[in-house]
Amino acid sequence: MSHNVNRRQLLALAAGGAALASAGTPRRAEAKTRTSARIVIIGAGAAGTALANRLVRRLDGARITLVDPRVEHLYQPGLSLVAAGLKPADYVVSKTTDWLPDGVELVAERAEAIDAEVKSVTTESGRSLDYDFLVLAPGLVLDHDAIDGFSLDLVGKNGIGALYAGPSHAAATWQAASRFVEEGGVGIFTRPETEMKCAGAPLKHTFLIEDITRKAGNRGKADLHYAAPQGSLFGVPIVAEKVRMLFGDRGVTTHMKHTLKSIDPGAKRAVFEDAEGSRQEMGYDYLHVIPPQRAPEVIRQSGLAWADKWTDQGWVECDKASLQHLRYDTIWALGDVAGVPKGKTAASVKWQVPVVEDGLVAAIEERTPTETYNGYTSCPMITRVGRAMLIEFDYDNNLVPSFPGVIAPLEELWISWLMKEVALKATYNAMLRGQA
Amino acid sequence: MKELTFETLLAVFEEIFGAGLFWTMVALAVVVTLAYLFVLIRDRHIAWRKFLLAQVSMPFGAVAAVWFVLTMTHSQLADLGGPVDVILMLGIAGAGAVGAAILVYTAQSLVQARRPE
Repeated sequence: MSHNVNRRQLLALAAGGAALASAGTPRRAEAKTRTSARIVIIGAGAAGTALANRLVRRLDGARITLVDPRVEHLYQPGLSLVAAGLKPADYVVSKTTDWLPDGVELVAERAEAIDAEVKSVTTESGRSLDYDFLVLAPGLVLDHDAIDGFSLDLVGKNGIGALYAGPSHAAATWQAASRFVEEGGVGIFTRPETEMKCAGAPLKHTFLIEDITRKAGNRGKADLHYAAPQGSLFGVPIVAEKVRMLFGDRGVTTHMKHTLKSIDPGAKRAVFEDAEGSRQEMGYDYLHVIPPQRAPEVIRQSGLAWADKWTDQGWVECDKASLQHLRYDTIWALGDVAGVPKGKTAASVKWQVPVVEDGLVAAIEERTPTETYNGYTSCPMITRVGRAMLIEFDYDNNLVPSFPGVIAPLEELWISWLMKEVALKATYNAMLRGQA
Repeated sequence: MKELTFETLLAVFEEIFGAGLFWTMVALAVVVTLAYLFVLIRDRHIAWRKFLLAQVSMPFGAVAAVWFVLTMTHSQLADLGGPVDVILMLGIAGAGAVGAAILVYTAQSLVQARRPE
């Protein structure tokens, strides 16, 4: 009978283990704030969705409305991997409604106009949404028309790639890039003159295609060029220097102060404007295009954008620490559309959301907010398949590593690659649900 | 990363392997561990002959674990770029070795217990 006793002991042990495991995940029980506030969030992307999930946990009775016509939710940090053939296009796609909490309303329409004086948003069907608090999180628009001769139906053909344009275009980009990987020739990788999402992505694409070409044994046939309108390779000087060294090591030629103006897809020629304003023409076998990026029309027409900064781009005029609008204290900007010096990444969104949440709840509770945003941005800079640098920095160009002494920010590490390739999407999803 | 909670870690592993494969592996690991504890408590001693064979399986477990992780993450050994990578890789190999030893020891004990001694 001793076996039975042992089995019973064992079961007790298993039960104890299960109890321990469940005790390890305590839920924060916060008292909800009662309010009848009407909160409108324009945009149900990463920022709008994460904020909505957090607000429903903080507020009781608030009417939260999200305005966004997009059916698909895109995990944009994955586009670089799709465009290098490392993930399929559907890796980045889910449904907007998959992530929204109960108790919020989604108006699946485009916001057409914002009247900050009467506190109202009008949708494309003419529906009027009055608000007490407004959060602007519509993301940004890619201005493909700004590049003469370019259109999205060219992507994937004639050696043209454009991974920012979405999952199917990222997959088509890999079609064009993989031909370059096999056949070699001249590859030109560009970056726009405007503010942009994830300034590391143009570099990552260059590094990845270089590495894949090398591993395919065709590096000798390939000539890689990186052309950018800026004066340096990255906004943070210490990172720019590191990238300069890596490009030197990988044999990538750089052309700074070169802005892509037009392409001739038939002749495979790209025209750049250099610092003196003169035309520089370059032939290519593979060209990666990232177009200028601007705030959506509804923001640019609303009178809520900066009047003296980024006037061609229209980012929302807001305080860079609180993200609150400088002229309307019931409006916040969140994510790509915010007119702050850095932070058009999902990692920034993760840091910004709790700040706007605190600002909004504080306004409802009539207290002073305590959370501030320091410009944190994270960029797992892939330098080859299997290695990356986990670069994190703030408004002041300081490196702010999450794991100091363990994961060195300026070193090409396998563990940083693991973070980008496997851990990032899970962390992103947890953020969408308001859990991270 | 701002906060690394137990929930986030679970979500990360679900993402790496897919929820189905991940929880199957967790269930297998739990079953093998419980079975190992069971034979230890039942036999009330370590059978050193069985332990010897279990030790022989350790290098295979280590190699299998490393191969599995590299395959799942589009990586190769040449990607190890610094001390933390080597430590992580040793940890993975160590976990594979210990896992294989426990598995082999438990399997022997369970199989042999059924035979008359």
